Amino acid sequence: MSERLTRFFASRWGIILAGAAIGILAPLLQKAGNPPNMGICVACFERDIAGALGLHRAGVVQYIRPEIIGFVLGSLAAALLFREFKARAGSAPIVRFILGAFAMIGALTFLGCPWRALLRLAGGDLNAILGLAGLTFGVTIGVMFLKSGYNLGRSQRTYPAVGWIMPLLMIGLLLLLVFEVQFAEGGPVFFSKSGPGSLHAALWISLGAGLVIGFLAQRSRFCTMGSIRDVILMRDTHLISGVAALLVVAFATNLVLGQVKVGFDAQPVAHSNHLWNFMGMALAGLAFALAGGCPGRQLFLSGEGDGDAAVFVLGMITGAAFAHNFGLAGKADQVANGVLQVGGISNAGIVAVIIGLVVCLAIGFTMREKVATQPSPRVALRTEVE
Amino acid sequence: MAIQVDARGLSCPQPVILARRAFEAGEFPIEVWLDTVTSRENVRRAAERAGLRVQVETVGDEFRLTISR
Repeated sequence: MSERLTRFFASRWGIILAGAAIGILAPLLQKAGNPPNMGICVACFERDIAGALGLHRAGVVQYIRPEIIGFVLGSLAAALLFREFKARAGSAPIVRFILGAFAMIGALTFLGCPWRALLRLAGGDLNAILGLAGLTFGVTIGVMFLKSGYNLGRSQRTYPAVGWIMPLLMIGLLLLLVFEVQFAEGGPVFFSKSGPGSLHAALWISLGAGLVIGFLAQRSRFCTMGSIRDVILMRDTHLISGVAALLVVAFATNLVLGQVKVGFDAQPVAHSNHLWNFMGMALAGLAFALAGGCPGRQLFLSGEGDGDAAVFVLGMITGAAFAHNFGLAGKADQVANGVLQVGGISNAGIVAVIIGLVVCLAIGFTMREKVATQPSPRVALRTEVE
Repeated sequence: MAIQVDARGLSCPQPVILARRAFEAGEFPIEVWLDTVTSRENVRRAAERAGLRVQVETVGDEFRLTISR
């Protein structure tokens, strides 16, 4: 039975089911109180967690998002139930940390992770097209590195306790949220009184949705970056059928809920600075491709015992702190007295994205194993095979 | 003797890249060693897409995929 379920989730219908579930749940979470076109955003929600802990002090984006906790714990539950929990670590963790930090800086330039880019498009925000184009561009560069031998080396099997660290951190965050612990007058823990951070569905609804998505995504290996990578690298449309399902179902759900507003200008929590929407996601896409997964996938991997993915997640949370402390994050469009003020990013943000691209390119160029021009079948041969 | 590909400990998409490189070299059978169910399913799918036959064995908590034409 377990094996049959595993095969189902590995099939095209399995990945479509996962994408469709996210496509329904995200708009419903928005209806239940989450920010507009942000039913789920892994990058934004990790940024909110960074804010809640006081790692940055942008008062409008501070909340411990139960969806993120649910993703990790739902994945943990699926991995334990199907005997796939496997503690592993040691594949260039410092590189993964840096990739996570710059991925976040890129994503916050655009104001969203790949999931939110899809959800923004499903809500009619056409700026998301620039973001998705940038994402595809960044992943394409990553694929060129993969083809030329880039990899971060093998992870090692390790103590089960190592794999439990991320799930336990998430339980710690859940306790801070449930008991609204205050470490000093006014916080931390900080909870936004206004702005996107103050908009959220009820805790148990968010947590429940997160758990369901975490479970399904662990089983089906849902990954937005991987979907683009697989099409470019090997014309494999398996993962992208899940992404397409997300987009179509989210659009339909938004139509039913009256949450579609088509256009470029003054979209919720978004800016219409096309160049930097593109460039921000190009940086994020390249970093995700070099790290082997989109931010959602990294959370699901960290739930099934992957310590390297957990380090990427911590890198993202750290990157979010820098993005807001240093004023790097994108500023949303605003309408003041009927006049549109186009947002975008600061000069520091521009420099940060450029530095990020240079760092990612350097990682791609310097971390390659030599690939024989004549493909050798005896790749990565072990002398003894047990 | 089968061509050996050891993709244990490698993260996505390396196992599939290594396996495909071996398919393209054209010598069969190929034995691919993997240590996660994700890689097992990915390599299985890549092999089936290439029109190859796949036999999966579980060895402890690792997997050996024997791929032949």
